[in-house]
Amino acid sequence: MRKITFSEATLEAMTEEMRFDPSVFVMGEDIARQGGIFGQFKGLPQEFGFERVIDTPISETAIVGAGLGAALNGCRPVIDMHFADFLGVAMDEVFNQIAKIRYMFGGQTDVPLVVRAPDGMIRSAAAQHSQSLEAWFMHVPGLKIVIPSNPADAKGLLKSAIRSNDPVMYFEHKALFSQVGEVPEGEYFTPIGKANILREGRDVTVISYSSMVNKALTAAEALVKDGISAEVLDLRTIFPFDREAIAESVSKTHRVLVVHEAPKIGGVGAEITSFICEYLMDELDAPPIRLGLKHVPIPFSPPLENFVAPKVEDIVAAVKRLK
Amino acid sequence: MSYDKELLTHFYRTMVSIRKFEEKANDLFLGGVLPGFIHLYIGEEAIATGVCSNLSKTDLITSTHRGHGHCIAKGADLNKMMAEIYGKKTGYCKGKGGSMHIADFSIGMLGANGVVGGGYNLATGAGLAAKIRNSGQVAVCFFGDGASNRGTFHEAINMASAWHLPVIFVLELNQYASTTPYRTTCNVENIADRAHGYGVPGVIVDGNDVFAVYEAAKTAVQRARDGQGPTFIQANTYRIKGHFVGDPEKYRAREEVQAQKENCPIKRFREKLLADKTMTKSELELMEAAISGEIAAAVKFAEESPWPEPEEALDDVFGEGVWHYA
Repeated sequence: MRKITFSEATLEAMTEEMRFDPSVFVMGEDIARQGGIFGQFKGLPQEFGFERVIDTPISETAIVGAGLGAALNGCRPVIDMHFADFLGVAMDEVFNQIAKIRYMFGGQTDVPLVVRAPDGMIRSAAAQHSQSLEAWFMHVPGLKIVIPSNPADAKGLLKSAIRSNDPVMYFEHKALFSQVGEVPEGEYFTPIGKANILREGRDVTVISYSSMVNKALTAAEALVKDGISAEVLDLRTIFPFDREAIAESVSKTHRVLVVHEAPKIGGVGAEITSFICEYLMDELDAPPIRLGLKHVPIPFSPPLENFVAPKVEDIVAAVKRLK
Repeated sequence: MSYDKELLTHFYRTMVSIRKFEEKANDLFLGGVLPGFIHLYIGEEAIATGVCSNLSKTDLITSTHRGHGHCIAKGADLNKMMAEIYGKKTGYCKGKGGSMHIADFSIGMLGANGVVGGGYNLATGAGLAAKIRNSGQVAVCFFGDGASNRGTFHEAINMASAWHLPVIFVLELNQYASTTPYRTTCNVENIADRAHGYGVPGVIVDGNDVFAVYEAAKTAVQRARDGQGPTFIQANTYRIKGHFVGDPEKYRAREEVQAQKENCPIKRFREKLLADKTMTKSELELMEAAISGEIAAAVKFAEESPWPEPEEALDDVFGEGVWHYA
């Protein structure tokens, strides 16, 4: 199979969807003339023009709010947040407007809007350009949240998000943009709400998503020499998360580790392990373990930054504790 | 300027419908019938009426927590409105919205908004979509002097102006931001002055004169449809009622309110119609009685409508449904 980068995969998704549906457009800061700060929009205006690939003012509330307004008037906007951290500027638009419009108005309207939010730690971007914020949005009814870990899912999930009639938060880890992976030729969709078993195993389930999946896979490989067979479950959708896939895997391995780059406290792992404890307690042979960011803002200096998020060794050690 | 009788009848019918709907809502609320809380538009009817009379069904508006008038002026169904503020299943939002969240997407009413200043960006986005789709629609954002101090105002009007979007910003300057007189939190007499800083015409009109509002909006709509971008209309008015029904109004003198009642937009318009002999007293009274009948029918419809089933609380979060915890 051909190999392309995560960034190129998202660009293919955008191109295919913009060709398919003239009501799809994209706007954000520095995306048209610059091509996106990670190059993820390069070439789009050449094909679709500056009317559909729009450079915005640095006005996050207007970008998000106008995205919603356009979604309510016959368009399928994709908006780019530049950095997920800047969602904080526009939170009212996200949680008081986007998430509630359909419900509050009794289901009168679809809200076909995609919010693309590059997140995660990369090369000392420090406290305000490194965060993983997906848990915030999981706590707000009305939002779907996807978070790919590889180029193939990056394309398939973005296409599904654009076709969705519900608002979708699409988190894309900055460190993944340059990652190369196998991506099928032609059109396909990765369903929202479906997890993926990336490595089968018997002894323990490692549930993860986004860039932490790579570390989980590396850890699983390292554990082979210790005679431990780890299953790696890539959640792909944070909400609605795939309860069936989790139940099936946990019922097989009876041991669970959840690992993400976002803070451990109040994180997605808290919800997933609570779900497992509440509904699958009889299947468990050990208390679930969570790994996440230490409860500090993300520091700048490389040794500090390297210290705060879970590492492959942490995953290996946690799995051994479960065994 | 001469106006045909049909339009004048429409003005009067719309303003009186708003007034009577709200007077009834006021009584129902004080009688303990309506849940939640409601904010009345009484005294400001000429603005929604004058603006929306220039719009077609496919044009769009965003409204505020004080939104009944915008709904009615845009052509909303009184029965569904009344049922919604009762919290009934037959309401516009199946009882999920209430007074602060009435919408009717079929007539381009994109919703009352419980967040002050929450409508600017929605209208701007709706205008952006109109431009992208080349639909010829205009989007109007109604807001108050309180909302004019939100940062969203700056972002939206700058964006709308930069992209020449067909958006009209209609400030209903009713003097009070909740309980706070606007001049205590704003150091300019005319908020329309700000418009010039965005390259947008800022027009000031007597918001209690339906003709003045109508004409200003007509120019703004034409400008928007011609691709010349947004207009800011400051409509000076006065909020006759408290911020919400039940507001003790300790922040202003009764004499002040009493004096403003003389400037009632409906009273003024009615007197003009009679003075110009456009309509007779009996014609007007007939219309008023008919509207009272419609309001009574709306109340009956709401009272006789069923409550939503409790489990319906789980519907309408998503188009493509998701699981719920058992």
